[in-house]
Amino acid sequence: MVVEGLEFRIDRRSGVPAYQQIVQQTKQALRLGVLEPGDRLPTAKEVAETSAVNPNTTLKAYRELEREGLVEPRPGLGTFVRRSLARPQTGADSPLHGELEAWMARAREAGLEREDVAALVASAMEKQYGAMTEARSTGE
Amino acid sequence: MSDGTYAGGPALEAVGLGKRYRRGWALRDCSFRLPTGRICGLVGPNGAGKTTLLGIAAHVLEPTAGDLRIFGAGPGSAEAGRRTAFLAQEKPLFRRFTVAETLRLGRELNPGSWDQGAAEHIVRAGNVPLDARIGTLSGGQRTRVAFALAFGKRPDLLLLDEPMSDLDPLVRHELMGTLMAEAAEHGTTVLMSSHMLAELESVCDYLVVIASGGVRLAGDVDELREAHTLVTGVRDGEGTPRDLAHHTVVESRPSGRQYTALLRPDGPISGPWETDTPNLEELLLAYLRSSEAPPLITPSAQVPGQAHGIRAVAA
Repeated sequence: MVVEGLEFRIDRRSGVPAYQQIVQQTKQALRLGVLEPGDRLPTAKEVAETSAVNPNTTLKAYRELEREGLVEPRPGLGTFVRRSLARPQTGADSPLHGELEAWMARAREAGLEREDVAALVASAMEKQYGAMTEARSTGE
Repeated sequence: MSDGTYAGGPALEAVGLGKRYRRGWALRDCSFRLPTGRICGLVGPNGAGKTTLLGIAAHVLEPTAGDLRIFGAGPGSAEAGRRTAFLAQEKPLFRRFTVAETLRLGRELNPGSWDQGAAEHIVRAGNVPLDARIGTLSGGQRTRVAFALAFGKRPDLLLLDEPMSDLDPLVRHELMGTLMAEAAEHGTTVLMSSHMLAELESVCDYLVVIASGGVRLAGDVDELREAHTLVTGVRDGEGTPRDLAHHTVVESRPSGRQYTALLRPDGPISGPWETDTPNLEELLLAYLRSSEAPPLITPSAQVPGQAHGIRAVAA
C-alpha cells in the first residue's frame, strides 16, 4: 500500500544534509511501525511536490536505505519497504519478554519497590549499552 | 535519474568565460562544469555576473572572452536552442494576451517539442484561469505562466534568473515544488540564480558561486560542505592558532577570547576545538566575505586542465 501522509520535514538550517534527514525520518517511521514491509515510499516526484525537496536528494536517501537493505526499488513501480525496524524480540510473546517478567516477579517477592527495580534496570542498561552508544556516536 | 545519468557530457561547460561592457568586466574568468541532471544554484554578490552568465548561456548575450557549451554545442546553435529554456528575471510576457494565447504562442514557437499537457497542468495547479489576460494576473500567477511556458518547451536545460524574488513564501514553496516535481519526472538540468540562501539548501544539489574574480566554489553541495569544518574555541593569542595553521583558513572571526573559523581541513583537526560541518549558508557567506580565500572546485565541476581539487590547494 501507499503510505498516505508520510511527509519528510527538512530542517534547512540544520547542519545535517537533507538526504540524511530523509534517511533518519524513514528509519524512525520503520521503528514506529508507520512503515511496514511492502509499503511504497513516496516517489521523488511526490516528495518534490509536497516538500519542495530536490529529487536527487530523495533518490540519494533511498539509495542509502537500499544499501542498508531496508528498501528495494521495483523498476516502474517505486521504492518498497523490505523489512521493518520494529523488533519481534520485543513482542509480548517473545522469550526475552518472558524472562524479564519472571525476573520482575522474583524482585517483587524479594521485597523491592518500583523505584528500586527501575534503578536496577537503569544501572544494568548503562553497563550494557552505555559504552556502546558512545562508540556509535563517535563512529558516525 | 540514477547515478548513471551523471555520466556522459556535462549539460553546461564554461571555459575562461568573460563579458566586458564599456564600464568594465561584468563577468570574468569563469570556468566550471555542470553535470547533466543536477539542480544547481548560481550565487554571488550583486554585479558578480550571474545574469550575464545566464544571458550568454541563453544566447541573449555574446561573450567577450572564453567559451560556453550546452550539451557540447554553442549557445547559438539550433541544438542548444531547442534543448534550453530561459526564464529572465523580468519574466517578459505579452500583457494583452490571455493565458491560453500565451501557451499557444509557446506551442507555435516550439513546433514538434511542445508539451501542452504539462504547460496546462502547471497553470491549472495554481488555479490560473486560462481566459485571463496576463496584465490582470498577480505576480505569482504571472511567474507560474512563465514557468509553464518554459516547461512546456520540454527543455533539457532550464536557466532561471532569480525566479522567486518577487513571490510570497507560500507561492514560492508551491512553485519550487512544481519545479522539483517537473525536474524529477523529466531529469531536467536546472541552473538558477538566487539570493535566498536558505531556500537553496533543500532545492539545490549542486552549487556555483561566482564573484568578481571568477568562480569561488563549484561542485556537489554535500561534497562542498563535507570538505569544510567550522571550528570554535578559545584562542591563545593573535592570528591563526598554531594547531590550525596548516589547514586552509577560509574565514576566521576572533571575538574577544573566542575564535571561530571556517576551515578546509588538510588532515584531522587536533587541539581543544569544537568542530561542526557548516550548513550551506555558513559556507556561502564565508566565501563571499573573504575574497582572498582560494577557490574550491570539486572534480565533477572542473573543466579539463583545471586544478582546484579539494586537496590540490595548499594553505
